[in-house]
Amino acid sequence: MFLRLSSLLAAIFLLAACETAPNATGDVAGTAASGSSTSESTASSGSDASDTSDTSEEMTISEELISIGDRVHFDFDSYELTSEAKSTLGKQVTFLSSNPSVRITIEGHCDERGTREYNLALGESRAAATRDYLVSQGINPARIKIISYGKERPAVIGSNEQAWKYNRRAVSIIN
Amino acid sequence: MKSKDIKGLEMILVSYIKLVSIFARTLGMLMAVLALSISSAFAQADTDVITITEGNVEPTPIAITDFIGPDGEATDIGREIASIISNDLEGSGLFRPLSQAAFFDPPSDVTERPDFADWRPIGASALLIGKAFYNDASMIEVEFYLWDVLRSELIAAGSGSVSEKGKRRISHQIADVVYKKWTGDDGYFDTRIVYVAESGPAAKRIKRLAIMDQDGHNHIFLTDGSSLVLTPRFSQTVQEIAYLNYFNDEPNVYLLDIQSANSELLGSFPGMSFAPRFSYSGKSLIMSLARSGVTNIYAMDLSTRQITQLTNTPFIDTSPSYSPNDGQIVFNSDRSGSQQLYIMNSDGSNVRRLSRGKGRYATPVWSPRGDIIAFTKMLRGQFYIGIMNADGTGERLLAKGFLVEAPTWAPNGRVLMYFKQNPTNSDGSGGESYLYRIDITGFNERRIITPEGASDPAWSPFLP
Repeated sequence: MFLRLSSLLAAIFLLAACETAPNATGDVAGTAASGSSTSESTASSGSDASDTSDTSEEMTISEELISIGDRVHFDFDSYELTSEAKSTLGKQVTFLSSNPSVRITIEGHCDERGTREYNLALGESRAAATRDYLVSQGINPARIKIISYGKERPAVIGSNEQAWKYNRRAVSIIN
Repeated sequence: MKSKDIKGLEMILVSYIKLVSIFARTLGMLMAVLALSISSAFAQADTDVITITEGNVEPTPIAITDFIGPDGEATDIGREIASIISNDLEGSGLFRPLSQAAFFDPPSDVTERPDFADWRPIGASALLIGKAFYNDASMIEVEFYLWDVLRSELIAAGSGSVSEKGKRRISHQIADVVYKKWTGDDGYFDTRIVYVAESGPAAKRIKRLAIMDQDGHNHIFLTDGSSLVLTPRFSQTVQEIAYLNYFNDEPNVYLLDIQSANSELLGSFPGMSFAPRFSYSGKSLIMSLARSGVTNIYAMDLSTRQITQLTNTPFIDTSPSYSPNDGQIVFNSDRSGSQQLYIMNSDGSNVRRLSRGKGRYATPVWSPRGDIIAFTKMLRGQFYIGIMNADGTGERLLAKGFLVEAPTWAPNGRVLMYFKQNPTNSDGSGGESYLYRIDITGFNERRIITPEGASDPAWSPFLP
């Protein structure tokens, strides 16, 4: 209401009393002490072990999934499964069939060479394509959750083709 | 203009409304001959469609005196006000504040007509003088007078009364007046920025929402970093922020009330909701919903929370942005095989492709003036910030880098802000990200100083 020019006052205009803009008070974060929750489970490359209950049996199952191949990779700007990816997912199907109580989350990820929102969608498409393949091979869709992290959670740090290739991925994690 | 008229300005302190009529009468003649006319940004948009105005690159030399009051009690504040104004104007690239060391003789009474013979020799085209002093209620009274030195004319004057907290804001408002008088465009100094503050190594980056004045002051963190947050956007009232929050590992659009800092989940959907943007009317919000790997654009009525599907394709349709009259939406889609820009009516009808150049196009944002669309472009391994006319013609690239992304408009439609990210190194270092802004004529690119790394900026509308 103040200090927008009124054409009535071409030469002279006034400032009405003003207050400062609304301040967002409270909830001011402390220093970035806790990098907890979402970031930790996926940032480490490979050892995406479930971290809540650390019974040795569950660790073994997670390690088993990692050892047979917990992730598939994609071409640039693509969510099409390669034949190599389908081969890996075939092993995941066997694994899930022999561990019927296991539920997984498939995380879709992208390299850094796209815009943020588009990559969120692309990561979603990668996770969904991966899930759809598992389902087509007989896995109950109720056992699979998907989530996209876009380009927010690189597995490999580096701005080069090799790192980007590793980061374009869908990773299956035991819940 | 006689000094008697200027003396009259002291009455400003009396009443806003009263003075409107007083000055309308006493200065009517002056108004008629004012060289700098006032035209609204929208009126300009009709005639002044994005020609590069090279003449504006030569900044206007302006002398800004400290705003010293008669009793000297508010001297520090008066200096600070002059410094804030000077910093704003200098930062725009359109003004060159002159060193105060060159000033002859600061006027002892700012209400007196200055002796222009003192100001012309130092090269001043504009002269801003003012005073600041405490009134009986311990409020700071600020007065300013903007003179055209070459024409020996008073261009603008005004006054205000603020608490100490309000000193920065009134300074920005005075800078906005100077900017408008000289450029014809509204100023953008009395505005705020919301963005994502980034800290920690690239592998474990912590992201928090933060808000600040456009010059980086009054910086406040709005979230604590416990969940990943992205892409904040202001409502037209500048009271709410829509953003993407990974709370409980379920990415969804939330609404944050700036005053209370409370966040609210904006509807619950089977998939991810993201890429929110408010309509100009404030009645609705557009965003993307991803369901089973397919991403389409939806509009939500903010009063009923009902959603309407606007696109229905098996492709990725995202990053929607309304035109200023809310009649159209520009967005990006890979329906042609690669990311390109499209426009549709805001009911989803009449979709047509906008971008025709080489490369991939993303994150379109409609200028508040309505005539231009800014975007991110990816071509041969480089990222660019560019603009094109709303009919797809006249593409021009303004900024370039390894990764530049997410343009956002100053509310005057004349300046863009975006972020630039550095490449990362295999040892985990690098990847720092910072905010920059640039004039849409492609000059004066400047970094915005933030306490830590920064991405996903959103420039506020004009503050209410």
